[in-house]
Parts: sequence; C-alpha cells; structure tokens
Amino acid sequence: MEHFKKTTSVVTPLDKVNVDTDQIVPKQFLKLVQKSGFGKFLFFNWRYDENENPKSDFVLNDSKYDNSKILVAGDNFGCGSSREHAVWALQDYGFAVIIAPSFADIFFSNCFKNGILPISLDQKIVEKLQQETQPIEVDLENQTIKTSSEEILFEIDSHKKKILLEGLDDIAQTYQFEDKISEFEKQSTVPSVL
Amino acid sequence: MGKTLFEKIWDAHVVVGKQSGPSLIYIDRHLVHEVTSPQAFDGLRMNNRKVRRPDLTIATMDHNVPTTDRGLPILDQTSSVQIQTLEKNCQDFGIKLFDINSPNQGIVHVIGPQLGITLPGSTIVCGDSHTSTHGAFGALAFGIGTSEVEHVLASQTLWLEKPKPFEIRVEGKRKNPHAVTAKDIVLSIIKNIGTGGGTGTVIEYRGEGIEDLSMEQRMTICNMSIEAGARAGLIAPDEKTYEYLRGRQYTPKNYESLVDYWKENLKTDDDAKFEKQFTLHIDDIAPQVSWGTNPGMTCDVTETIPSPDDFSKGDSNQKKGAEKALDYMDLKPGTPIEEIKIDRVFIGSCTNARLEDLIEASKIVKRQKISSDVRAMVVPGSQMVKKQAEEMGLDKIFTDANFEWREAGCSMCLGMNPDILSPGERCASTSNRNFEGRQGTGGRTHLVSPVMAAAAAINGHFVDVRKVDFN
Repeated sequence: MEHFKKTTSVVTPLDKVNVDTDQIVPKQFLKLVQKSGFGKFLFFNWRYDENENPKSDFVLNDSKYDNSKILVAGDNFGCGSSREHAVWALQDYGFAVIIAPSFADIFFSNCFKNGILPISLDQKIVEKLQQETQPIEVDLENQTIKTSSEEILFEIDSHKKKILLEGLDDIAQTYQFEDKISEFEKQSTVPSVL
Repeated sequence: MGKTLFEKIWDAHVVVGKQSGPSLIYIDRHLVHEVTSPQAFDGLRMNNRKVRRPDLTIATMDHNVPTTDRGLPILDQTSSVQIQTLEKNCQDFGIKLFDINSPNQGIVHVIGPQLGITLPGSTIVCGDSHTSTHGAFGALAFGIGTSEVEHVLASQTLWLEKPKPFEIRVEGKRKNPHAVTAKDIVLSIIKNIGTGGGTGTVIEYRGEGIEDLSMEQRMTICNMSIEAGARAGLIAPDEKTYEYLRGRQYTPKNYESLVDYWKENLKTDDDAKFEKQFTLHIDDIAPQVSWGTNPGMTCDVTETIPSPDDFSKGDSNQKKGAEKALDYMDLKPGTPIEEIKIDRVFIGSCTNARLEDLIEASKIVKRQKISSDVRAMVVPGSQMVKKQAEEMGLDKIFTDANFEWREAGCSMCLGMNPDILSPGERCASTSNRNFEGRQGTGGRTHLVSPVMAAAAAINGHFVDVRKVDFN
C-alpha cells in the first residue's frame, strides 16, 4: 500500500463546506474498472465548463497551485457516496494531505487505504491555513504542520498513523489473526446465505 | 450498565478487540455490485487471494444497468464492460450473482430484505453508502469503500473504530399518514440535525412514530441515515420485522429458533446510555421538499425558499453554501415552494421504490394525467417489485397517466445509466441526494416522498399532498 511520511507544498484553499464525493468525482467517471487515471476527473464539474474548457474562477485552474500536495477545505469534507474513486482522484491528481474541520466517516477511512493523510483541525486554524501563501510542511511522524509563522500540532489515531507511515498491507495484517477468525466462525449463529 | 442494541450487535461480532484503536469485526453478509467491486477483485488476483466466504456474499448489478427493454444490448460500452467484469469476477470467485436477466435482480438494498438475506442482529456491508437501509431489520449495516470490499472478500472481517450510539426518538402520531410519510420524517430529522449531525455515530431510531411504521417505511428512514452523516441507522426488530422475513427465498431454515433468540437479545437495555440524543415530534409535521444542494436544505411544502441569512443562523460558511445552492438551483428567497414548476419526476431508488411506495403514489395518479410540461418515470426497486406491482395493475395506472414504466435499477438516483436530467431541468425525485449534478450535470433535484412526486407530476408544480384526494 501507499505510505506517507512528510510533505512540503503550498496549500490549495477550497473554500466550500459539505464537499460531497459526487463533486470530487462525478458519477460518469465511475465506470472504469481500474484504480488509476482518476486525477483528470477530479472536481470535474467545478473545473471545466460544458465544453470542457477550464473555468478560470476555480482554484485548481490557478497555476499557483499546480504543484500543491495539500488541499484545505471546509467542514464535512467527503460526505455522501462511499465511492473510493474520490480518494483515487485526489491521490492521482497529486494531493497527499487533506485538511478540514471535519470529514465524513467513509471518506476518512478510504484515505488511509491510499496513502492520503486527512487532518481535522479547528475551524479557525483551517481558515488561517487557507490564507497561507508560503509552502507549509506536514510531518506525520511528529504530527506537526509548520507554516512560515507557527507550528501546529495535530491528532491522529496511533494505529492509523502506523498504517500510513509503513504503508502496511491491511489484509496481510489481518491474516495474522486467521486462527481467531476461524474460531469465531465456529461459534457464529448466523447461517450461510445459500 | 446496560447496552444499546448497536453495542450488543457490535460486541457479538468482535473477533479481535483491543483497549483502544480499531477492533476486528466479523461480517455476516457482504453485498456486491458492479461499480465499487472491480478493483477489489483485481486486488485479490494480484495477491493470489481467494474469497474467504462466498457463501456469505451475494452480488447483483444495479448502478448502471439500463432500465429499458432487457432484451436489447447495452449501448454504453463502459457500462457494458463493468457489467461483464462483475459476471466474470463472480464466476471466477464462486459468488452467487443475480444478473440482469434474473427475476431477483434489483437495487441491492431492495433485494436483500426481499430475499430474506438481510437478518436481524447481523453485520451487513456493501460498497455503497445506502447499506444503512438494512438497519430497519435491526442489523448493523453500513457502506464501505473498495479497499474495504477487498478486505471483506479476503477475510470476511473489517478493522473498525467503534462509532458512538445516537438515539433519535420519533414521538407522536401523524394526522394524515398517507400524505405525511416516512420520507418526510427522515427529511425533517436531517433538516434539524444537519448533514454532519450523525458523523461518527450509529443512530437507533425509537419511539411510537417508528413502531407505527411498516418495514418498508422503516427502510426509508434507515436508508437516509447516511445523509445525516451517520455510519449506520437501525431499528430494534419487532413482530413486523419477523413477519416480513418469514418464508422468503433465502430465509434460513432454522428461522423460528433464530427469532426466539432475537426476541431475547435484540433490544436496547432500559439503563443503556446514548452519547447523543434528538427527539422529533411528528403530530404536526408537513410534507417536506428540499430546495438546496444537500438534504439538510429542506423545508415544509407550505413554506417559502429561505434567505441564506435565515437558513445559516449566523454561520458564514453555511450562508455561503446556501447562496451557492440557490444560485445552482435557480431559486429566489421568498418564492413559495408550491409555485416551483418542475420538468421531470422520478419515482425510484433504494429510498422509495418498494411496493408500498408505488401503491401510495398510484392512489394519487389513478384516473389522472400528468401535466403536459412534465416527463415522469417509475423505476421499480427490483424486478420482484415490478412483477408484484404489475400483478396489481399499478403499471397500467401509471402508464395511463403517461408515466414511463421501467425495468429495475438505481437509474436516475445517480444517473450512471442513460436516465439523466438535462442541464437546467428541475426534477421532483423520491431519491436521497440533491447534490449538484447528481441526476445529470446541471440538473436540479428536489427530494420528496413518492406521493409528493406523484402530485407534482399531475400538477406540474409542487402541491401540499395533504389537500389531494387519495383514490
């Protein structure tokens, strides 16, 4: 699996709340059967007009942010559909860190499977980061964000931190508990479907 | 201290539990569909892994299947590839598939309960956020991403952080239960607690207003738990639950002994503690209509479009959101909801395309014609719902009124198949999400109940269905 340790870049400010996964990657692009190549569909309807020309007022079309790896957005980011395609699109586009006051549960969990670090921070700090014009450094090991003027600490569950730092294969980890799973199945009262 | 129903189901499924961090939870039922599974099966192949329990896994195709004549080839090449990929994956890994020609095909959350695959007290997952629907049977059911689909296929388990229990009480009795429906109850809840109100929780819906509901209505409530941000929503099983599942195609042979066990165990203890609580009184609630671009942006049919200031109550981000939503929806504050004209009507989706939904909507449509300005369609939730409706003559009622009567699938709820809105079109929809572009790029969605959608089709604009005759 993908891992994440540290990144430094300018932030892309996305000044919107309740950004749903339908906006992150619209449904017409969910028909692909592979994981790669979703970056070009990221925020498609916000990024392009009906003739597929870039809309100049959308932040991703501002060349200042071309090499940005850090997206800073509003509350309840990633709500709606469970589509992991949303995370694949963000990752393929080049984002490694998403910062927001809060995230929807399924989206949050999908990030860790794809080497993306989602960070929840207080609304006021998020708003300040959206104004930041200088590159910032996000360091997972030390759980810090360094801006030109300050250092911000962030929280992360220790298990999730380990998964990202080491890029662990979830399933291989789970197979270590094979005996426990078999034991559970022996006493389960829920019958097979068929 | 006592436990909530959710905590009891959780505890009964812990394979590996730790003091802190995630637990390894056993999954009793895994539902698979064509859109979120191909990459998961690829992952298994790449690592030479098998599906651990094909006997607990069921697949169908629903998201991008056409709803027109099943005898015709699928014109969209990419949809066709995705459908064929699911067929091949199910064959290679030994998974039971209800394919496009099966009488059991349908929206995964409609067929699970209908076939007796959904069981009380079980854990159910699917790569689809509306898996919460199955919670109506007292199951812990939730949506997962594709990596987790792969994890469940490989191990029949998931690492999960334990969500917090959230009690939502629905108290009182609706004065007109035909006109004010389960959809109006759940939209009222979301309007009050917000689209992030349930984040990190599992909701248990309780109270007289819930007990009064039929199983199909309870599914509508649990279905939209995710629109409040909750991981899952559930309702304690009762006699209605046990009766609904009795004698269905895949109901277990030892069903009655399971019922005895469930009756003893599947309820929240009197002294259990919820971390969050909300109560909705439903005696006087009105039919609901969403006006914005998330399900929390909803008001009574008798109200006018709110101003961003009134809606946001001082929150500047919410205000910006409301301004943007009104701009997208092309609506002005102060406009009465009943004056909003519509172009399209969609009766369908895992929220509202079960037999009862179609029966109720047909009572409004009977001996009427839809407005000449409106194009309307009914997409039954499953082929079985379609067949039952046709046996009752409902298809005739709808087609006589100039509705289109379609084959089963997710259809215009998310518009992955050819059923989409054109840019600027306004739709009264019984689905669950009014996000920008959800039903088609530039399309404008108003979420309503099936009877409200039917009445809007007849009148060409929204009407208070409490004033309409039910035939």
